[in-house]
Amino acid sequence: MNLEEIKSQIEANVSGCRLEIIPNGSPSGQHSLLVDVDHGFAVATFLRDGATPRFDFCSNVTGIDWPVKEVSTKTKVKKLVDGVEKEVDEVVKTQTGGYLEAVYHLYSVEQREGPVVLRMRTEDRAERVHVPSLTPIWRSAEFQEREAYDLFGILFDGHPDLRRLLMWEGFEDYPMRRDYVDPDDYEYEPTAHDDVLKRAQAHRPAQEGGL
Amino acid sequence: MDEQLKSELRRQGVVATSLQELYNWGRKSSVWPLNFGLACCAIEMIAATMARYDLARFGAEVFRPSPRQADLMIVAGTVTKKMAPQVVRLYNQMPEPKYVISMGACAISGGPFKQGYNVLKGIDRYIPVDVYIPGCPPRPEALIDAFMMLQRKIDAQYLTGPGRPRHLDAETPSEFVVPEFGAHDLVPTSNSEVWSVPLVNISNAGKNEPGRD
Repeated sequence: MNLEEIKSQIEANVSGCRLEIIPNGSPSGQHSLLVDVDHGFAVATFLRDGATPRFDFCSNVTGIDWPVKEVSTKTKVKKLVDGVEKEVDEVVKTQTGGYLEAVYHLYSVEQREGPVVLRMRTEDRAERVHVPSLTPIWRSAEFQEREAYDLFGILFDGHPDLRRLLMWEGFEDYPMRRDYVDPDDYEYEPTAHDDVLKRAQAHRPAQEGGL
Repeated sequence: MDEQLKSELRRQGVVATSLQELYNWGRKSSVWPLNFGLACCAIEMIAATMARYDLARFGAEVFRPSPRQADLMIVAGTVTKKMAPQVVRLYNQMPEPKYVISMGACAISGGPFKQGYNVLKGIDRYIPVDVYIPGCPPRPEALIDAFMMLQRKIDAQYLTGPGRPRHLDAETPSEFVVPEFGAHDLVPTSNSEVWSVPLVNISNAGKNEPGRD
């Protein structure tokens, strides 16, 4: 089984869906399949019911935070400098990220195949953070989608019971996001270093000066 | 009373004691823990009560399922911020005299989760702790050691005077502030009556100390 086959299977059966294989460069080579949000539910339904092999088990749901990141790439461009043609480095800055991802790992217990990694991207990280919930398809996703909502702030449309799981109701932050600032409540550290040391020193300016 | 005279009298079949001694002996020999555990330390606590380690030898075999009947709270395990109000509330519901053993690295300081987002950095931020047991998790022997230390502590208490236990002193509080869930953290983040930032010298931390590599 390879991901290309599954991709063509899905494309043949779910009309209008946009799929993209995101390659994984590591030795495991566990490539993943990016599914568009509008057809996520239909693709998942097809993978469970119609595909060969049928993916009857969703083992894991998690989230990924991709903050906005500026990537600069250098390219050599031929340009006229003082009337002479020269090769000049041109820096092109592109922005990547700025969205959240929900990641699903699917297995076929029946055919002992897997995992197939599904990804769905939200539009941004602030307001439009909706992806379809796959809990109606794989019941095992229920708590893990709740966890992803709790820690990343991804809203799963169609989830039967989307409440916070590890943090309390009324907690406003999403602790696993990259820009989460945790409360300043570890002023005492026996072996403080780096950022923790800076915090500890901020709590004890007098002692820092005196000793 | 003179210890030598007391043992001499005992040899003659006369038992001499004081009310304080009798009172403390009774208290230390029937400390009933609250039947509650929070994480893996609770497994070691359960092991300590079973036949091999047999905490019953110290008068603590009756784990009470209700805080109203318990004398000792063994905070065994990771106290998450979501759980902390319930732990403090249970402690408030216990009648005096009551004691707390903080068992394991998490209950003492947050342990390996100290710099995480959802673990309380030590239950001593909200309730007074009598004995701390380090370890991850501590072995049943360590819990028994802590228990014996608590017994020695009870035994040494005076019933009158400034150092008397809390339940004999109307001035001292018996209930403690139950933290509430805030938007970013528990409110308050600690109870200043029982906890303040420990005084440690951090000035050399992070720098190369002279004479050491």
